[in-house]
Amino acid sequence: MSAVATILMIGLVACGFLCLYRTLAGPTPADRTVSVDILGILMVGFCAVLSVATGRDLYMIVGLAWSLLAFVGSLALAKFLEGRAFDE
Amino acid sequence: MNDLAWIVMALGLFFNLVGCIGLVRLPDVYNRLQAGTKCVTLGTFLLLLGVILHDGVGSMGIKAVVCLWFIAMTSPTAAHAIARAAHRAGVPLAPRSVCDRYAEDGQGLLPGGEREATR
Repeated sequence: MSAVATILMIGLVACGFLCLYRTLAGPTPADRTVSVDILGILMVGFCAVLSVATGRDLYMIVGLAWSLLAFVGSLALAKFLEGRAFDE
Repeated sequence: MNDLAWIVMALGLFFNLVGCIGLVRLPDVYNRLQAGTKCVTLGTFLLLLGVILHDGVGSMGIKAVVCLWFIAMTSPTAAHAIARAAHRAGVPLAPRSVCDRYAEDGQGLLPGGEREATR
């Protein structure tokens, strides 16, 4: 693993911790929803760096599945935040 | 081509960091959504572009193209849904905000602060 990939991973983990700070400290539920959505997108980038660093395309598949699940999850959280039921 | 890929990925990390600092520092949920979603989407876009530049269009590059297309389609949609839900749930704007066109339009909260009768 090259040094640049290590630096990229450390930076992305720092970004993830900033998002987790907003998840813990956000004053409204909307702030927590925003930070969870952004954490999902960040992890897709982390999987991309990991797949380049190790040379295996397995991690890219993980990132693809993660982006799908993050999208569905944030849409469900947004609907729940709006105060509606899921079948409405 | 290899060095170019690492430069593009470092630029992506820069945009991700700027977005996450904005997510922590800005005063309001709408401002946080603005900073976070745009910057982090561009940063992840550049990271995936770095994968394509590094490996060419192989088994990894094709998945990176699909992932890139999907992120570019879905991330603005999710941000729009969250902003609309937050406004309808009555999350207040920052005190320094100038105007609220969505409430003036009669879509979200009315200017007095009460909820709309019919949705």
